[in-house]
Amino acid sequence: MVQLTLPKGSKPTTGKVHKAPAGAKNVKTYKVYRYDPEVDADPRWDVYEVSADDHGPMLLDALIHIKNEIDPTLAFRRSCREGICGSCSMNIDGRNTLACTKGWDECSSSTIAIAPLPHQPVVKDLVTDLTLFYAQYDSIQPYLQSDEPDPEKERLQTPEERSKLDGLYECILCACCSTSCPSYWWNQTEYLGPAALLQSYRWIADSRDDATDKRLDDLEDPFKLYRCHTIMNCAQVCPKGLNPAKAIAETKKLMVSPSRKKTEAV
Amino acid sequence: MSTSPLPGDASNDPTDDQSGRFVRQPNGRVRPLSPHLQVWRFHLTMLGSILNRIAAGALSVGALFVVGWLAAAAFGRGAYETYASIMGSPVGLLIWFGLSLAGAYHLTAGVRHMIWDAGSGLTPKSATSLTIVSMVAAVVIVVAFWAILFMTGKVVL
Repeated sequence: MVQLTLPKGSKPTTGKVHKAPAGAKNVKTYKVYRYDPEVDADPRWDVYEVSADDHGPMLLDALIHIKNEIDPTLAFRRSCREGICGSCSMNIDGRNTLACTKGWDECSSSTIAIAPLPHQPVVKDLVTDLTLFYAQYDSIQPYLQSDEPDPEKERLQTPEERSKLDGLYECILCACCSTSCPSYWWNQTEYLGPAALLQSYRWIADSRDDATDKRLDDLEDPFKLYRCHTIMNCAQVCPKGLNPAKAIAETKKLMVSPSRKKTEAV
Repeated sequence: MSTSPLPGDASNDPTDDQSGRFVRQPNGRVRPLSPHLQVWRFHLTMLGSILNRIAAGALSVGALFVVGWLAAAAFGRGAYETYASIMGSPVGLLIWFGLSLAGAYHLTAGVRHMIWDAGSGLTPKSATSLTIVSMVAAVVIVVAFWAILFMTGKVVL
């Protein structure tokens, strides 16, 4: 359901301000979304003034600095710090991205807002509940389904066939795209969202996979696929530079392709 | 590939979501919903999509004015002339100007969607360019349309 405003109890209030020590140079101001289910009634915006000279070049460095030196209660996910695990995805300066690959000097605003992935249930601070996101990935059966018996060695592809997977296989499932999508915001229990649909197309486009028609049949639904209205937020924010909107458009084309064999409804 | 069941225990989820993710917290309240439109930095393709929706909504209302026009014609000469004079007043013309703008943008945005549905113009850069073109083209069409109406004397203020 479309609800443009936040429900009662979700509106962040004004929180604490952690001032930079006097004489600090190159000070950046971060407005960070905070919510602790143990004690807080409402979420709040805490402000941290941090000298950029005290930490590394990325937003994740700033967050780790805040947690280590200023406020150990701050919760966020992080692991690889090099853009491959997809853990530190969050909304930074109004766009979803990975904190570990976003430089603090890339942010245009004077106060850099750091919020959890949009329109998700908040577990704590910058940590959101992604169980639905993973269940949607699971629902597209993200594994090879071949009619051929298992070969002695690997399943071969031509370089051309393999190149069709470029721009698809690199997805790290960070959920930046899905939680950037207004269609997903309003219909996330029915619409699969950009990430799951890009992953679905990754198997549809794979020459070794023989379940293309079955995969398309499963997406033929008013909501699962067709809630994409080409708003393009997904491609705008993908920290890996992938294009879920394009993958969805290609899936829609295959839906009406003459080569598609619809399985008979039982 | 059946739909996998939604995760979590929905019985503890008092929201409409019913996915079991908005569970009650130790503080006795439901998990908050993270901010979305409140924090999002807009960009052009998002605005283009919203304007297209608004245009579609305006055109639905505008259809009522067309129905009114046909109904007035069906009622007879007097009713028709009254309707035409109301619609020809500055306020009426403003309504029709807005509707023509909505119609023109809905058309150019529709062409943009056709190009996208063919699988082209979907990189973030070209999608933004297409959106600019669809907006500019809509304004050009509307300005030209009304310029012709005024110049040929079909409409006077």
